Amino acid sequence: MIDVSEYFVAGFILIGAFFAVVTAIGLIRLPDLYTRTHAASKSATLGVMCILIGTLIFFLTEDGVFNSRVVLGIFFVLITAPVGGHLIARAAYNTGVKLAPETVRDDLADKEKHEQAKSKSKSKK
Amino acid sequence: MAFQVLLNFFLAFLWMFLTSSFTLSSFIIGYFLGLLVIFAMRRFFQTRLYILRVWAVIKLTVLFIIELIKANIEVLAIVLRPKMDLKPGVFKYDTKLEREWEVTLLSLLITLTPGTLVMDVSDDNGTLYIHALNASDIKGNVSSIREGFEKAIMEVSR
Repeated sequence: MIDVSEYFVAGFILIGAFFAVVTAIGLIRLPDLYTRTHAASKSATLGVMCILIGTLIFFLTEDGVFNSRVVLGIFFVLITAPVGGHLIARAAYNTGVKLAPETVRDDLADKEKHEQAKSKSKSKK
Repeated sequence: MAFQVLLNFFLAFLWMFLTSSFTLSSFIIGYFLGLLVIFAMRRFFQTRLYILRVWAVIKLTVLFIIELIKANIEVLAIVLRPKMDLKPGVFKYDTKLEREWEVTLLSLLITLTPGTLVMDVSDDNGTLYIHALNASDIKGNVSSIREGFEKAIMEVSR
């Protein structure tokens, strides 16, 4: 007889692997660095998290061991992945990587202007 | 906030010493009784009840998990569609949050949610420059951030 928990384990690990595949396809198909960072920072995070949750449930039900290091791993991945995505995108923009030709608008190009306008309105107050 | 938590722990230990049973269950009972006492004495505290803030944190976490799953389904739909009709773009977003940890938390949440990625934060922490996968609908993006996360973070830090 198969336990219900095994369905959960299989489900989590398959979903995680599926999201990892989607990340890889996204990295190939998306047009520029910034849209690729979207795929890498979101899908990869959820994929790794799902696989780790599946591992946690597997060892909890099979051996009765609660592996707290896996929980810490989930937490650390969750807080570091978006920071990595942000830093890559920011460094790329500051070194002048071009946005994709489909790009509709770019407010960051006018950053200086926005900043000056803001500091002026502040000094008036 | 921290004072109330400490007081609650103190009351729980007091309960353990009163009943002279040093077990986890008596600690939990003491903690709940202490919570009742703190609730009864709430008008003597300067700040609001800490349990409300804990509740706000729980609500923020649930909101975040829902948004994370939605973000991934959206990325999935974009990546696997045969013909990609992306309209990426960078828009600026003026935030009302002031303290540094609030802005950091907001940008972390924005990065993990549907189709948005924080690219730069202005020097005065007032403006976030956000890269969106679907920039033709900026108003929708901005209002969803403002109504969702910014409100929830304000609820926590208020």
